[in-house]
Amino acid sequence: MAMEVTQVLLNAQSIDGTVRKHAEESLKQFQEQNLPSFLLSLSGELSNDEKPVDSRKLAGLILKNALDAKEQHRKFELVQRWLSLESSVKTQIKQCLLKTLSSPVPDARSTASQVIAKVAGIELPQKQWPELIGSLLSNIHQLPANVKQATLETLGYLCEEVSPDVVDQDQVNKILTAVVQGMNAAEGNNDVRLAATRALYNALGFAQANFSNDMERDYIMRVVCEATLSPEVKIRQAAFECLVSISSTYYEKLAHYIQDIFNITAKAVREDEEPVALQAIEFWSSICDEEIDILEEYGGDFTADSDIPCFYFIKQALPALVPMLLETLLKQEEDQDQDEGAWNIAMAGGTCLGLVARTVGDDIVPLVMPFIEENITKPDWRQREAATYAFGSILEGPSPDKLISIVNVALSFMLTALTKDPSNHVKDTTAWTLGRIFEFLHGSTTDTPVITQANCQQIITVLLQSMKDAPNVAEKACGALYFLAQGYEDVGPSSLLTPFFQEIVQSLLTVTHREDAGESRLRTAAYEALNEVVRCSTDETAPMVLQLVPVIMMELHKTLEGQKLSSDEREKQSELQGLLCGCLQVIIQKLGSSEPTKYVFMQYADQIMGLFLRVFACRSATVHEEAMLAIGALAYATGPDFAKYMPEFYKYLEMGLQNFEEYQVCAVTVGVVGDICRALEDKILPYCDGIMTQLLKDLSSNQLHRSVKPPIFSCFGDIALAIGENFEKYLMYAMPMLQSAAELSAHTSGADDEMTEYTNSLRNGILEAYSGIFQGFKNSPKTQLLIPYAPHILQFLDSIYMEKDM
Amino acid sequence: MAPHDIRRPFKRPAISDQQRRRELSLQRQAQQRRDAQQQVRCLASSVLSLQFPTHETELEPLPESFHEHEAQLGTKPEEESEPRSGDLDVRQASKLRGAEARKWFARQLMLPEWMIDVPDRLSEDWYVLARPAGKRCFVVSSNGTTVSRLRNGSILHHFPSALPAGARTRDVSGSVQSYCILDCIFHELDQTYYVIDMVCWRGYSLYDCTAEFRFFWLNSKLAETGACDPPSRYHKFRFSTIPVYNCDQSGFYEAYTVAVPYVKDGLLFYNKHAHYQSGNTPLVLVWKDENCSQYVIDTDNKGQIPTQQQVS
Repeated sequence: MAMEVTQVLLNAQSIDGTVRKHAEESLKQFQEQNLPSFLLSLSGELSNDEKPVDSRKLAGLILKNALDAKEQHRKFELVQRWLSLESSVKTQIKQCLLKTLSSPVPDARSTASQVIAKVAGIELPQKQWPELIGSLLSNIHQLPANVKQATLETLGYLCEEVSPDVVDQDQVNKILTAVVQGMNAAEGNNDVRLAATRALYNALGFAQANFSNDMERDYIMRVVCEATLSPEVKIRQAAFECLVSISSTYYEKLAHYIQDIFNITAKAVREDEEPVALQAIEFWSSICDEEIDILEEYGGDFTADSDIPCFYFIKQALPALVPMLLETLLKQEEDQDQDEGAWNIAMAGGTCLGLVARTVGDDIVPLVMPFIEENITKPDWRQREAATYAFGSILEGPSPDKLISIVNVALSFMLTALTKDPSNHVKDTTAWTLGRIFEFLHGSTTDTPVITQANCQQIITVLLQSMKDAPNVAEKACGALYFLAQGYEDVGPSSLLTPFFQEIVQSLLTVTHREDAGESRLRTAAYEALNEVVRCSTDETAPMVLQLVPVIMMELHKTLEGQKLSSDEREKQSELQGLLCGCLQVIIQKLGSSEPTKYVFMQYADQIMGLFLRVFACRSATVHEEAMLAIGALAYATGPDFAKYMPEFYKYLEMGLQNFEEYQVCAVTVGVVGDICRALEDKILPYCDGIMTQLLKDLSSNQLHRSVKPPIFSCFGDIALAIGENFEKYLMYAMPMLQSAAELSAHTSGADDEMTEYTNSLRNGILEAYSGIFQGFKNSPKTQLLIPYAPHILQFLDSIYMEKDM
Repeated sequence: MAPHDIRRPFKRPAISDQQRRRELSLQRQAQQRRDAQQQVRCLASSVLSLQFPTHETELEPLPESFHEHEAQLGTKPEEESEPRSGDLDVRQASKLRGAEARKWFARQLMLPEWMIDVPDRLSEDWYVLARPAGKRCFVVSSNGTTVSRLRNGSILHHFPSALPAGARTRDVSGSVQSYCILDCIFHELDQTYYVIDMVCWRGYSLYDCTAEFRFFWLNSKLAETGACDPPSRYHKFRFSTIPVYNCDQSGFYEAYTVAVPYVKDGLLFYNKHAHYQSGNTPLVLVWKDENCSQYVIDTDNKGQIPTQQQVS
């Protein structure tokens, strides 16, 4: 049944395009005409040591892709397809795969490992291939090193692929034993040790029972800690990755080991190579994440519902941890601020310091202040930058009382540094730190204001000046302005920013036109700041916001003029349109929220809608999410008059509802349907058949991200409320959907937090749907039509009433 | 198995402005959905036209008499300079001052007829309760204050209470729409409001609910708020429910004879299926005799018996 495929596989990798295309075509045909033979041929190729390594690798890759896909729907199809193959075919393929693990060719072994894991991912949940793990482990001790390495790698992939509940504890024990023995210092072969360490990373999720047993846990921890001292850097890195994973999965089991782990990580941070040091820092960041979560959730009170107490590891380690992190701050790379992808030990250490401050609050301040004072005026830019970064890092966490006096002293220093410091790097961090000051210490919540009549002018002058600096500095200055504006969010009729409003807006618009605004996401930052300035503006400046409308409209208009764009230009155009639509959305929402400004704004409505429709027309297959969001705001502001836009807008609405791939777009569009329902009321009726059809399709699709489904139910309610008893004809479709969703929501007990949250949002959507439908039918004789559904609805309500996990 | 990337956001805000715009849109939509549903809930749900004014709904004006007693479907544009007290919802009504307010509230209470024969199915379809002696009034809690108004619409007390939205406290449930209307008798001796009926609760109208449901809701909800607790700083008067009995022989006997902490003034009979309606109704009846009331016969201020007896 198997066929010779070597040549065609090699041709498929040819540099000659025609040859390649032809080969790909014949592979596709082969697969369509005879799948079992195709898969057998590929597995035969992969397992055959006489074949060239390139054809074997590709054979394995195609096999892997025949078993799994990223996209959920496709994945499901592939799983079903594999399960329905004749079992003799599957057995033969699996034998080939297992045999390949003993190949002398590393690439062939490694590819086979991955394919085996994919097959296991499908079959183990079905209780098929029960002998797999046993056969992998049967004589692992006697195997030659290369086979042992491949076997451990396979176990690692397998643990990544399958969920712990489909593997018996007995088998878990065997896997862990093999893996931990492979990691042991006694194992002489580094490849084996590395494969075992990486396998443990994936197997940790299976080890709940073993981590609850003191002896087994001690043993695993000892082996992991020993592996962090291996002479081989990759093994050390993998071992630290295991520690990071353990810190979040088994936080509550760490108390016995934390002192040793501190010593190991401190040594790695100070002395080891960067990839290892980064993982060592990440261990502490991860512990911070855990403790922040615990403390936020239970507010330090563990008497009631807390599953996991806080062990205050960070607080205890503080006196040693903080100096270690401060040292890392001095290890900056030149130009790290210009490089979007940079990630180094100074950045990791600074980030960790910020997390530590959030975890312990006030206690960090006295430990960091001496470092700042000592370094902030030094001639070496590294020292000034590190001191500034340290200061910026500890602004979130400690109480305002603890910080305010320090900040008041620091503020004028920072403003001077931002204008005068010769180092770009220092200025970048200084502007960022100013942003942090405004974010956490300025606003209605603090008693003593950081920004006063006296210093406001200077602050704004410096920030606007910095917007002319290098793109990375200007971007941070825009960010600082964002938080400066945010602090005046609920100040009432008058804001300190009012006298500067025009100047600020003008400067931000100038930034968006800078030649280099595409660097360091400067243009985005400028529009974001503009949005926040508008959002937080007061009535006093409403006329200036109104003046901004034609300005932004003109900008949007300009993006529509380009013809025959390259795909790169098209992407830039789309991004800029997104920023401008976002800005218009904010403006519409702002002006629409008060009657007098709304009235004046409405003169632009037709033109704005025209622009949005043209933005939609720029793309053929998808709709622009930002334009959709803006239209929702416009519909709300326009009210019933929005009806006149519907004939043209409808097709884009439908397109948005069909966008399964970009589920955010679909979700936003569902929300806009609600906006339009409330704006148009019964005038939406002519469009309801189309909308309902699409919403029902969305609900039945298993391609659509589940988070969109609850809003669709709420949207049923919006439609029913708008069209009243005309909803009659949709009842027979909508009600069964609601019923089955209600049943689903009743059978999710014992789920994790994420599932509980989803179930509750589903329930909320269902209730909003029922509520809208009932109110829609109120006072209509057709209320009778709802009676058959009443028992089920009552049952649903009863199930919610009885529910404990909410 | 490649090493695992651990890059964290660096010098970046926690959420992007785009995400923020999405979230703000969702919040706005959720709020508007709530408002829209709330508006419809209150539409046509009561004889008081307990609705919220909208700019969109404009329906044919209804004849005046219809306004008085029937459900209404929409507000009319405010063409008059004087507010039309008949069309107001209770929140607007609570803002009325002086004569307008008195006129509005004077029309809202449900009034019993004398019991002059025994209704059919008395034991199945009716409740009985011992009526406290005192001042019949409407108690409205809204916007952080509580006002009680007598039958003629004049204010009896203006006070903080533990009713929803009844005091300026940091009550989480105290949203704007969370107002209440209770039908009460203020009993001077123990300075207590005895609640004989519940008309609105937390913004939800009970006008079109049966007496059976209203009493059930009254008895389950009132105590939850702490309104039945003794007076305190933010709760000036105690509220109390009254035992309601099925009007079978034993229930009737209980109501007639049992000792209550207040001075009795007759027995009230409520038809279980009747909705709350303003004005006199044959679906609520009152009975008085020497055993259950010290005020069997009305007297005027001077203690003289007027020529005609009225129900009260």
